[in-house]
Amino acid sequence: MIDDLITALGAEFVQLSLTPIVIGTLAAIACALPGNFLLLRRQALIGDAISHVVLPGIVAAFLVTGTITAVPMMIGAGAAAIVAVIMIEIVKRLGRVEPGAAMGLVFTTLFAAGVLFLEITDTSSVHIDVQHALLGNLESLIWFDAEGWGSLLDPTALTTLPPQLPRLAIVLVGIALFIFLFWKELKISTFDAAFAGAIGIRTRALGFALVVATAVAAVAAFDAVGSIIVIAMFVCPPASARLMTNQLARQVGWSVVFATISAVLGYVFAGYGPGWFGSPYAVSAAGMIATVSGVILILTCLFGPQRKRTGQHAEA
Amino acid sequence: MSSAKLVAESGKILDVAAKDAPLTVRGLTVSYGNKPAVFSVDASIPAGSMTAIIGPNGAGKSTFLKGTLGVVPRLSGEVRIFGKLFEDARDRVAYVPQRASVDWDFPARVIDVVLMGLYGSVGLFRLWRARHREQAMDCLKRVGMADFADRQIGQLSGGQQQRVFLARALAQNAEFYLLDEPFAGVDAATERAIVSVLKELKAEGRTVVCVHHDLSTVAEYFDRVLLINVRRIAEGPVDTTFTAENLQETYGGRLAATHIDELHLA
Repeated sequence: MIDDLITALGAEFVQLSLTPIVIGTLAAIACALPGNFLLLRRQALIGDAISHVVLPGIVAAFLVTGTITAVPMMIGAGAAAIVAVIMIEIVKRLGRVEPGAAMGLVFTTLFAAGVLFLEITDTSSVHIDVQHALLGNLESLIWFDAEGWGSLLDPTALTTLPPQLPRLAIVLVGIALFIFLFWKELKISTFDAAFAGAIGIRTRALGFALVVATAVAAVAAFDAVGSIIVIAMFVCPPASARLMTNQLARQVGWSVVFATISAVLGYVFAGYGPGWFGSPYAVSAAGMIATVSGVILILTCLFGPQRKRTGQHAEA
Repeated sequence: MSSAKLVAESGKILDVAAKDAPLTVRGLTVSYGNKPAVFSVDASIPAGSMTAIIGPNGAGKSTFLKGTLGVVPRLSGEVRIFGKLFEDARDRVAYVPQRASVDWDFPARVIDVVLMGLYGSVGLFRLWRARHREQAMDCLKRVGMADFADRQIGQLSGGQQQRVFLARALAQNAEFYLLDEPFAGVDAATERAIVSVLKELKAEGRTVVCVHHDLSTVAEYFDRVLLINVRRIAEGPVDTTFTAENLQETYGGRLAATHIDELHLA
């Protein structure tokens, strides 16, 4: 049994599975962190919207530059996210419709435009397609030069890590720092925006910064893991975490735990799960990670300690 | 007319007497869409007074408060708090929004909400500490909610939630308190507790303004009234301003004559 475990976690594991698991976990946490605040602000759909509009942004960046290198892709995706947020505001104000409807309208339209873009342009030579946009390519983010756990200490081997890993690590640190430094402001303005404004918190700027953090997380995660995980991680871990506790700090902590569990278990189930049932194929890691996060949400709905809250809402 | 002296000229308030008053408002207009919610309202709240803002539903009472504090954008008008722009007098003001304006299912305990009132004394990039917790507990004691400090806010009754909001305002240790409907949907015990705290504040020389909807308690709780129905109808001491005539003008046909009779006005 222990021998099996050592083999399972041996050199092959480091080469083939370690980096996808770490990247999946980083992406999941980077999305779950801002997701906590989006959820409490009833803006969960904005994560959904942003992760959809990343596709037309990336296609547009490819059309302009003709390459699929990371930097132009991320700039394109970031620009598309900003365009989408502005369009949502315009639709909301001019159309006088509720925010959810405005978001739904904008992101489906832009995503469809992205698909159309892909169809009519010649992207056959490069690796972007709808499948990739939805599910990413987590399984392909392997670490060729790794020869075992020792490679983690080998500077030359470390330089050949998939670039998504350091990129997501930096993004995650940035988002965590933003939330940590502006914890009071985020907490107060999310609970009571009018009070926050009155005591001098710049609520609009903070709300915008949160959307930017969301967009950065979505764009960085998108490239590695696709939009399915991004959408699931903005909502599922924070929603599950809310059912575990009545304190914001603990909720954020639980969301990190659930995001990690989803990423690790999801990857393992996808890669090894079908084998346990005698199937020679693996299933999509992204799909499985999102599924695990959904299962966690169901479990917390059924068994979470705070699932029955006697909230006495606004009866005034 | 004496009010002519109060009119702003080239953006400056000329009235010297009211220069350092807790609140001086000239021509405040706030609009949602094309319809003005508050139109060209003047007000002048003297220090140490307790003022009720009165008017029918949708008359712009809450909007007036939010407009003075810049919580909603002003279309026009001039607001001075202690003779300064609100931005420069922020730490002297405590604002209590309507209880129904927030989601009480938010993951926070009672103490967490009161700690929000100490925001100004915590400092940028810092977190609340034991010293702040003690201060917050003192404020909870004043409103009779110390035993509920660790309770999830969603588990409180409406009256208890309102007391928590008041405790948060007390934590701000301000000179000027603006409360939006503090008595809406609260039990009798809470109403008494809130009134007694507000009267304590007044006794300490602080200034209190409440949006208020219960005409029968105006004379008992307050010493001044500001009657609003989109425009300012009247402002002044309860004795001379809270009259049947002014109420009729404020509420129009919406206030039955019999109702006014019951108020035993001057």
